[in-house]
Amino acid sequence: MGDAVVVIGVGNPDRGDDAAGRRVAAALRGAVPGGVVVMESDGDPAAIMDAWSGADLAVVVDAMVSGSVAGTVRRFDATATPLPHSVNLASTHGMGAAEAIELARSLERLPLRLLVYGIEGTDFHPGHEMSPAVADAVEVARGMVLAEVCDA
Amino acid sequence: MPTGNGVRSINVDYLARVEGEGSMKVKIRDGEVEIAEFGIFEPPRFYEAFMRGRLHTEAPDITARICGICPVAYQMSSSHAMEQVMGITVGGQLRELRRLLYCGEWIESHVLHAAMLHAPDFLGYESAIHMAADHRETVELVLKLKKVGNDIMALLAGREIHPINARVGGWYKVPTEAQLQTLVEDLVWAKDAAMALVSWTASLPMPQLEQDYELVCLSHPDEYPLTEGRMVSSKGIDIDISEYLDVFQEIHAERSNALQSVIKGKGAYLVGPLARYSLNYEKLTPDARKAAESAGLGATCFNPFQSIIVRAVETVYAVDEALRIIDGYEMPDEPAVRYEVKAGVGHGASEAPRGTLYHRYEVGSDGRIIDAHIMPPTAQNQLSIEEDLLAVIRDNIDLPDDQLQWKLEQSIRNYDPCISCATHFLDLKVDRG
Repeated sequence: MGDAVVVIGVGNPDRGDDAAGRRVAAALRGAVPGGVVVMESDGDPAAIMDAWSGADLAVVVDAMVSGSVAGTVRRFDATATPLPHSVNLASTHGMGAAEAIELARSLERLPLRLLVYGIEGTDFHPGHEMSPAVADAVEVARGMVLAEVCDA
Repeated sequence: MPTGNGVRSINVDYLARVEGEGSMKVKIRDGEVEIAEFGIFEPPRFYEAFMRGRLHTEAPDITARICGICPVAYQMSSSHAMEQVMGITVGGQLRELRRLLYCGEWIESHVLHAAMLHAPDFLGYESAIHMAADHRETVELVLKLKKVGNDIMALLAGREIHPINARVGGWYKVPTEAQLQTLVEDLVWAKDAAMALVSWTASLPMPQLEQDYELVCLSHPDEYPLTEGRMVSSKGIDIDISEYLDVFQEIHAERSNALQSVIKGKGAYLVGPLARYSLNYEKLTPDARKAAESAGLGATCFNPFQSIIVRAVETVYAVDEALRIIDGYEMPDEPAVRYEVKAGVGHGASEAPRGTLYHRYEVGSDGRIIDAHIMPPTAQNQLSIEEDLLAVIRDNIDLPDDQLQWKLEQSIRNYDPCISCATHFLDLKVDRG
């Protein structure tokens, strides 16, 4: 393990449940083993691809809309296959983490292994706080991602 | 689909590859277009109302939050308006840094829209992701070019989106010469990359459509317009920005959550790259003009589809301008011009990547905002977008619905619409029956 592991929390901290990915990243700072890089991102695909450039493992955490119950945490291995069609990573801009992943696949710029943790959200309104179920799910996702990077 | 009663409907409830939430609705009866609407249904955000009572110094940071793509435009237009109220002028290196920040926004916004959001329309790809496998070199180049713009923003404004360092009177903190020099190597690379982007956009299959727009933008005697100038048009408008609301008027269409703008007594007008280019061609740098000429553009451009080329030409300009500013930069002693708070009315207009952004504020003697008025570019262009839809339908009426819809969406994306700004998503409805 070393610099080759990166956790990227994606979202907009000011749009309700879209903050979930970044909250997980923030909660992981100082808790991850040395050498694991934790960063937050607004979803810019180029920045995300740069962040996982050369990584053995990248873990992307983002809010999602998949029809599950709010606060549901789902884990996907996106290394070889795209996310299921029913799963949309939330983006308040034209391009976000989902586009970064597929763009990187086209450009052959994926990390060796790419895991995505999606947290089901319901409220993405500007200025809203995260909904209680999603706030609880941040803790759950934090634990799952921590275990993931510790085992890496 | 045509139906028995001769009516075709094309409805797009969500238009992809635009910033924000909007829709398109087209209805054709017996070969005649009944409805061609570009609707903006993202909820209005009432910025103008909640600005009232806030300190005038808060306007640049609050309004920058209206848009994650063009926050600099909001900061510049609002700062200039407030500076007019306070009776100060921000000049010298402080002004140059404002232009440099704006160059960063133009580079990142223009290349993202032109290559990643708009170019797939011309090449028949669903998205940049689908395009990337076949145009890998271009996509890689564009991602790197966008980063050069982001880096300018991050260095000057603290971060790429929602910049925080610009203020009424100038800056909270100004960079050292050495800090700006760190941008030079990438900008030198970016110059060649931007020239290559112009050539690539010029090679795209280009629909032919010439529209008789009234082009409107800022014009400055000494420079390609970014932060200041008079409002001019291709049909005779030449006014101080304080006269903006005397000439331009906002109207409310029931279907839309954004206000639309008209020239009083006339109607639709066009702001954005075509206007800036056509009315300020001589102010481009020689290399930007050379790139335009190589791309087959003349000194004016009235084909909205060629806006993709003009955006690339403006990217060349922005890189040239950034290098010029950095080369002549001397760190100022003070980061901002000091001023006494005054009451009054101020106007600011600047050139966001997608067009002119006008702000007007009335400020009380306590420095608090009494009234705010913001006219974003996409709202100003909304009627021209609908006139383009009409023209595209008339020229392509025999196309099947799916192909017609593709062309219509492409023509909306000619405008790089920022619906987030206009209120803030696109939904297409084509009704042919």
